[in-house]
Amino acid sequence: MYKVLLSWRYLKSRYIALASIVSVTLGVATLIVVNSVMAGFTVEMHDRLHGVLSDIIVRSHNLNGLPDSEWHMEEIRKVAGDDIEAMTATVSVPAMINFRDNIRGQWITQPINLIGIAATTYSDVCEFEQHLLHPLNREQFQFILRENDYGRGRKDKFPVAGWARRRVAAQWEQREIADQVENGDVTANDAALLTPPPFDLADDSQTLAGLPALPDSIEELPELQGPLDNGPRAAGQQDSLPAVPFQTDDAPLLTFDATREQHTGIVLGISICSLRGRDVQGDLMDYYFALPGDDVKITLPNTGQPPKAVSDSFTIVDFYESEMSEYDSSFAFVPLSKLQNLRGMITAETGVASVSAIQIKLRAGADLDIVRDRLQARFPLQQFGYQIQTWRDMQGPLLSAVQLETTILNILLFLIIAVAGFGILATFFMIVVEKTRDVGILKSLGASSRGVMSIFLGYGLSLGIAGSLAGLALGLLFVDQINVVAGWIEKITGQEVFDPTVYYFSEIPVVVNPLTCLWVVLGAVGIAVIASVLPARKAAKLHPVEALRYE
Amino acid sequence: MSSAYKLPETKIATDVQQSPQLHHAAASVVMRATGLMKSYRKGKVEIPVLNGVDFEVREGEFQAIVGTSGSGKSTLLHLLATLDQPDDGQIFFEGNRIDNLPAKSRDILRNRYIGIVFQFYHLLPELSALENVLMPLMIRYGFTKYMLRRRKNRQRAKELLDKMGLSHRLKHRPRELSGGEMQRVAIARALIADPQLLLADEPTGNLDRQAGDELMEIFRDLNREQGLTVVMVTHDETIAEQADRTIHLVEGRVQTM
Repeated sequence: MYKVLLSWRYLKSRYIALASIVSVTLGVATLIVVNSVMAGFTVEMHDRLHGVLSDIIVRSHNLNGLPDSEWHMEEIRKVAGDDIEAMTATVSVPAMINFRDNIRGQWITQPINLIGIAATTYSDVCEFEQHLLHPLNREQFQFILRENDYGRGRKDKFPVAGWARRRVAAQWEQREIADQVENGDVTANDAALLTPPPFDLADDSQTLAGLPALPDSIEELPELQGPLDNGPRAAGQQDSLPAVPFQTDDAPLLTFDATREQHTGIVLGISICSLRGRDVQGDLMDYYFALPGDDVKITLPNTGQPPKAVSDSFTIVDFYESEMSEYDSSFAFVPLSKLQNLRGMITAETGVASVSAIQIKLRAGADLDIVRDRLQARFPLQQFGYQIQTWRDMQGPLLSAVQLETTILNILLFLIIAVAGFGILATFFMIVVEKTRDVGILKSLGASSRGVMSIFLGYGLSLGIAGSLAGLALGLLFVDQINVVAGWIEKITGQEVFDPTVYYFSEIPVVVNPLTCLWVVLGAVGIAVIASVLPARKAAKLHPVEALRYE
Repeated sequence: MSSAYKLPETKIATDVQQSPQLHHAAASVVMRATGLMKSYRKGKVEIPVLNGVDFEVREGEFQAIVGTSGSGKSTLLHLLATLDQPDDGQIFFEGNRIDNLPAKSRDILRNRYIGIVFQFYHLLPELSALENVLMPLMIRYGFTKYMLRRRKNRQRAKELLDKMGLSHRLKHRPRELSGGEMQRVAIARALIADPQLLLADEPTGNLDRQAGDELMEIFRDLNREQGLTVVMVTHDETIAEQADRTIHLVEGRVQTM
């Protein structure tokens, strides 16, 4: 009984000990914050990565692909049919994109990773649709240009795009050329070769007399008058297909009317044709070189020996925004059959097309590694030369880097708590010296050495618990308010704590793992108790007579 | 715990009973010591403190041990209280040898059978007067056992403090009490376990005349009215005169007068 009472009284009367426990509190708080943020990053990254990648990908090492995707899918089904939820074939090829900066008029060329996908099935194997900007595409993706309404629900404001933009821009170009022909600057024959100055929807000064000024918001967008033969389209019809949706190879259109027609659709990673940065005021802004509705040219190698470059025009139908900068800045999606056609991957006689990869989604709960191993057994490397990977394998270095970082940080921070332990040790030694006479008194009243020892152990334990719980509360509060705190620090120091242009997260992601918190608290309490063992033993070993004489 | 030290059924050792020079021949011997030797080491030099002390106190006796500073009287008391162990010699409590008992048994002995009062009161500064008095009981019982008899214990402690004239000081900390009051709290603490023997080490040494007299009054009352056996160490002959019997310690030996 006296142990409890005395531990409690010492706790209440020795504030120096509370000072020593502050380091434990801070250590615990830091550990919890760091672990939560790292877990937040990891979870967010897992989600993003897994969203972008399918569970398992069977990929040909050859750019010309693996022949006969049907047969391969059949074989894969035979091997792991029970675990497979969906499968789709893709063609992936490095390519060049070429488009006009819609403000400065320069031609921009960039390397991209062109991926041919089946619009209907690609979203079954990974989160593709979710990352698109148009609400209808998010529900059911098609390679067609939508009327407008891109980026609805997006945090940042998205400019007017889609048919609304394409029509106005195309009309402006037609007018510009017509004007030049009228002025005698060019002949009508040369007009087709002309590239007029770029049209910027955002710039009012460029608005033509015949065209209404473009409003800021999509709702106010006026219906177009004038050169359009079929007149304005009725509301509600907005997202239906235009009269001639695709230009096909079989029947190339001699006169392409950009106000009414689109090329084959392409979905671009948002960073390919946009830059995120800060304006003069320092506010975060996106600058778009091209928008859905604009045309781009793609150059890619065909399957010839040696490969030759082939080019075609595409119309941007949507942007792909996974918020993984690596993918957003390189991925471009086009229809699978179109890409196979362009590259010549279809055998003329049989009509069998090659693909470069088969992406597989497994049903929930299936073991990725087991399925991968089975597929590897079915398609031995020596025979087929296929690379079979799970999404974790593909992002292994990144994930393990984050894991390593977390581990090292944990070790370092636990060392901080261990340092705090030495602080407790020193403080406790002082307290024991100060309490020497009390120890003598207790022993003279019949307290055992073990009893005396447990007073100080209990003291250390209660200090550890108090410090850890305070640290836990502080840490959780900090985690809860981390973005607010980051805001304050930004204001005070003027330095950006969490730069969205770098991380593509608008906020610091946090995930609090209760088990981690428990371990941290237990560890800290353990260190406090261990640090109090030596002083407690010293107290227990005191000789009662000498202790009583102590002044 | 309580089995570690057991009081014997028959308390009296025969040789002690036949000893002729004792005042109360019929009363049993509570504590007896023979040939106690104790020396302290100071560096390499060994300083002898007790050189073969024989001692005996009978039930209901008020005995004073008188000696000058350095005569070893406090050391003797510490040995008797089992706070320290003699280099040689034996100590018996109610017929049982106690100087060679294991630490655990000696702890129990001090907790239940021997009450000790010190010159410097030795109260715990963080606790109130009442809590200080209750300390031996808190040491004796574990948390749950103590809580079960908490009310009874507190009642007993209050009664004792009331007897000491301190019923208005229950919640006071030692530093808020006068020397006399502190010493009376210490006596109440020594009595709470109903000990067989009360050992006092210069209890009046730090008090003025009046407080000292009041304190001696308490000791005498305890001895006469409740028959408590008291052994008091003092250097003050006038105080020693109030005892039933006085032994003198000179240079670590009992001097026969």
